[in-house]
Amino acid sequence: MAETLIKIRNLKTYFPVKKSIFSKKLFVKAVDNVNMDVPKGSTFAVVGESGSGKTTLARTVLRLIEPTSGEIEFDGKNILELKGKDLLEVRRNMQIVFQDPYNSLHPRKLIKNIIGEGMKIHFKISDIEIRDRIAAVLKEVGLIDDHMYRYAHEFSGGQRQRIAFARAMVLKPKFIVLDEPTSALDVSVQAMVLKMLKEIKVQESLTYMFITHNLSLVDYIADKVAVMYVGEVVEMGDKTTIFNHPSHPYTDLLMASNPVPDPKFVREKRLLKGEIPSSINPPSGCRFHNRCPFADERCEREEPELREIKPGHFVRCHYPL
Amino acid sequence: MEKTVKVSKPFMDDLKHTAFLWRKSRLTMIGSAIILVFLLMAAFAPLIAPYDPVQQNLQIKLQAPSWQHLFGTDQFGRDIFSRVIMGSRIALWIIFLVSVISGSIGIIVGVTAGYFGGIVDEVLMRITDMFLAFPSLVLAMAFAAMLGPNLTNTIIAISVVTWTTYARLSRAEATKVKSQPYIEAIRAAGGGNLRIMFLHVLPMCISPVLVQLTLRMGTIILTAASLGFLGLGVQPPTPEWGAMVSDGRNYLIDQWWISTFPGIFIAFVVLGFNLLGDGIRDMLDPRLRR
Repeated sequence: MAETLIKIRNLKTYFPVKKSIFSKKLFVKAVDNVNMDVPKGSTFAVVGESGSGKTTLARTVLRLIEPTSGEIEFDGKNILELKGKDLLEVRRNMQIVFQDPYNSLHPRKLIKNIIGEGMKIHFKISDIEIRDRIAAVLKEVGLIDDHMYRYAHEFSGGQRQRIAFARAMVLKPKFIVLDEPTSALDVSVQAMVLKMLKEIKVQESLTYMFITHNLSLVDYIADKVAVMYVGEVVEMGDKTTIFNHPSHPYTDLLMASNPVPDPKFVREKRLLKGEIPSSINPPSGCRFHNRCPFADERCEREEPELREIKPGHFVRCHYPL
Repeated sequence: MEKTVKVSKPFMDDLKHTAFLWRKSRLTMIGSAIILVFLLMAAFAPLIAPYDPVQQNLQIKLQAPSWQHLFGTDQFGRDIFSRVIMGSRIALWIIFLVSVISGSIGIIVGVTAGYFGGIVDEVLMRITDMFLAFPSLVLAMAFAAMLGPNLTNTIIAISVVTWTTYARLSRAEATKVKSQPYIEAIRAAGGGNLRIMFLHVLPMCISPVLVQLTLRMGTIILTAASLGFLGLGVQPPTPEWGAMVSDGRNYLIDQWWISTFPGIFIAFVVLGFNLLGDGIRDMLDPRLRR
């Protein structure tokens, strides 16, 4: 097993909900007690429905949101205690590509300035060096150096996402969060962008955290998978294990609802009923019990722990499949 | 590898569309024409004005308009036409400085409040509310009286009462912009608050403020003229339009021309700025654009 790049322990990110002064203080438990080890050089996929806390988790890991409690270690350093120069250095090493390419590039700035901004913060280098570096990175993501003298609105969605990736790459980070980087793109473009992401990862020996709700993408790109449900990790392990032997009923149903590109494939009629519960007031016991086909009264009463059922395979369920 | 910033095609198309909308609105064109004349008048004032605007000549005082003195002379024998022409420079200077000062105060206060939010926002916006609670002319009078009446203090007084609009506008814009992913990306890259605020959020707030500034230029002239009229603005013998209207007050029945001509100029320039301001607002209205 490779060494761990990011170690997350008991991470909680709660957002206060403002009600009246008299009612009890309520919280949206967007990320609740998450433990995770992201190995160096891996692509760690985080999957889950909308509202399961995937994006909040990613933003907390990058310290764009301050967590309520818990620990995040990056390369052996607890990033929640860092300040000033050390924090800046960690920030350089952890970058993010956002979901919506139409909102993630400044509308009034040249691509050159969008990509170059981080370099101006971190590296003491001349404008010419910055320009050369931008040209190199643009080439790497499949654009041409002339593109740096244009504005974001002159590019297509796929190209914008390449630019956003170039912006992350240019700081030579060790770790990049990809927050549903292809969900806003059409399918043919998705494939090209994913291919590029995969190639560059190997070239630059990067580590990815890949956030998505699309299991086909996970199959294509990931090494390890964590499934999130209402702020908690319900199953975590190697991709092959989870895809071949899903042990949590939720993962199982997710897999069953993923379309398979084969016209002869006959699908079992197993559907995920209902909607994801509110993370302000999650269900008692196991958070999945009200949608789970196997739930009994123990699930309603007792909250399951995240247990290691096989080496490297964690499940949060009383009755793993 | 030398590169110049190329003007892109969509930008040119946008400009053409703006020009098209401008041509379509007759009132905007009239407004633009008035302002153009006003600007030319201010630019070439010493060439147009036939006499020295402050030179007194009591032998020709209170003369009716004639070919020699197009708009007549005032109680000190000064040529009113020359004074009105030279007065355009004062008006333009006031507009320019007030716009720059109040625009900058407003945008800095607004962006700071909007960007930081919370208690900073609360404090700054309540201060803004305090300024808004007073009728602006009364407040400007109070400041002018406190600071002492002269050109500089007139400009300060008007700026102090007009920045609030721009503060509210840029606050609204900053609140919207600060949570956009492109701002978050800079934070992820390690950008500090000041860098994000001034280099990335502030540029997004400038255009609505600029539109509002042109809309308010007429009001600025009116306020300056009102202060001048009340004796709290620019002091004689400087040819300020409001003060000139005030000068002619005692002679209004028999020598109507002393107050009337500067009054007409105030009216026209204010009208011009209002028409142009309305036009610009319409031209930038996304619902009217393609």
